[in-house]
Amino acid sequence: MNNNKVIQVEGLTKMFGYFTAVNAITFDVEKGEIFGFLGANGAGKTTAMKMLIGISNPNSGKAKVAGFDVFTHAEDIKKNIGYMSQKFALYDDLTVKENITFFGGIYGLSRKRIKEKSAVLIEELELEKVANKLVGSLPLGWKQKLSFSVSLLHDPKIVFLDEPTGGVDPITRRQFWEMIYKAADQGTTVFVTTHYMDEAEYCDRVSIMVNGKIEALDTPKKLKEQFKAETMNDVFLKLARG
Amino acid sequence: MSISVTHISKSYKKVKALQDISFEVKPGELFGLIGPDGAGKTTLFRILTTLLIANEGSATVAGFDVVADYKKIRSSVGYMPGKFSLYQDLTVEENLNFFATIFGTTIEENYDLIKDIFVQIEPFKNRRAGKLSGGMKQKLALCCALIHKPKVLFLDEPTTGVDPVSRKEFWDMLKRLQQKDITILVSTPYMDEAALCDRIALIQHGKILEIDTPQSIVKHYPKQIYNVRANNMYQLITSLNDYEHHHSVYPFGEYVHYTDNRTDFNPKDLIQYLESNNLSEVEIAKTVATIEDTFMELAK
Repeated sequence: MNNNKVIQVEGLTKMFGYFTAVNAITFDVEKGEIFGFLGANGAGKTTAMKMLIGISNPNSGKAKVAGFDVFTHAEDIKKNIGYMSQKFALYDDLTVKENITFFGGIYGLSRKRIKEKSAVLIEELELEKVANKLVGSLPLGWKQKLSFSVSLLHDPKIVFLDEPTGGVDPITRRQFWEMIYKAADQGTTVFVTTHYMDEAEYCDRVSIMVNGKIEALDTPKKLKEQFKAETMNDVFLKLARG
Repeated sequence: MSISVTHISKSYKKVKALQDISFEVKPGELFGLIGPDGAGKTTLFRILTTLLIANEGSATVAGFDVVADYKKIRSSVGYMPGKFSLYQDLTVEENLNFFATIFGTTIEENYDLIKDIFVQIEPFKNRRAGKLSGGMKQKLALCCALIHKPKVLFLDEPTTGVDPVSRKEFWDMLKRLQQKDITILVSTPYMDEAALCDRIALIQHGKILEIDTPQSIVKHYPKQIYNVRANNMYQLITSLNDYEHHHSVYPFGEYVHYTDNRTDFNPKDLIQYLESNNLSEVEIAKTVATIEDTFMELAK
């Protein structure tokens, strides 16, 4: 296996009864890459991602994530990835510090390691003043940045982000992308699912799913050239409308 | 004026949700409130649809005062809240009939207005609303908001969570409704949708940053913006932020939008600086401001 490929997917398929939600998708993602996984509502993105993070069993095909087989080593995958979504992030009723300690514990870090990580993270995010405040009282943008950092606590090889920046103000959003670039620069692979095409513009490469299949996969620049479009939004509209 | 807002303020305990908001929307206009979550958009919608009373200021909708004439407003406006608020256990047709009845009308009477939209959900008319896809729910909610032929339509983040294809269709529908003499106030956190409105108000932290046509707003951007790219995005952003002459540095998709403090800025100096920071494949080119650039400059 090529060590630079942290996600390898070949002919991965998931059926629900007679409905093929994910239809033989094939792609690779490299170490340190920011990979955008796009598709309309119902195109199969979520189903595909659930298989990659080890919480849904494929019907056929092959897939390795962080070096582990999704069929036989789903539990190892879960330990070696980070996950963050807009819907599920942190516990509002716990403080910033408690959230970090809680997730550090879940990921199996030692008390000492949690303490160290916690201090670094709070300093980096400039959260010193609110470290003992409930997460629920923080502005959305802060929560998202904290949530991203928490998903990286256990130094995962890959972090999965599900529509990470929807609704956030444009400045905070860019601070968030700077954090993503930093993580990628340090070798973490970032896998972003989204249907917001402006998020897609930030990715190194993007794939676009239509009706369970990957219909396009390339850098945003090349996709725009290929579809003679000015933005990823136009690329998407052309693909999805046929 | 279809909507007239004068010095409206609203606080929830310590949080100032709206601070001294004033603007007007002309009859037949498609007016956009553009701002992130928590900007105060929903609070403003609730005040204008008479569901909430402001602490200060006054407002009229379709000529009626939002406090004194609230009943008249309720019968003459359509409101599609951000959260799906139809009856999930009623079918598509039952929901529509229900809202028509409440407003003392029938589906047939104003069918002309909803026809374009309704035909798209008609194949599912016997399906429960709760079982519809996101795009379909949104179309049904719009039909229900239109069934009594409102003069003013309020749409609170109608495209949040909706994919690009459905978003495009939704905006096409709004353009068609506008031609039927309906004034539309729409809110969105997506800056790219601002360009589709006649006029927009940029809003953040309960304050309006600017009101104008989308074209004028971007024209007023005070500086020349440069698209910069290089072989490593993270190093590029870090280096630009360390450059003593930078005014703003914002990642923008495959580029970074850069503005300089100096009036006699020469891109060649910047290329040299970036290359001395071990960056390669450096490209710098002039670009034009977007609504998002303007928003960030004003919010800075």
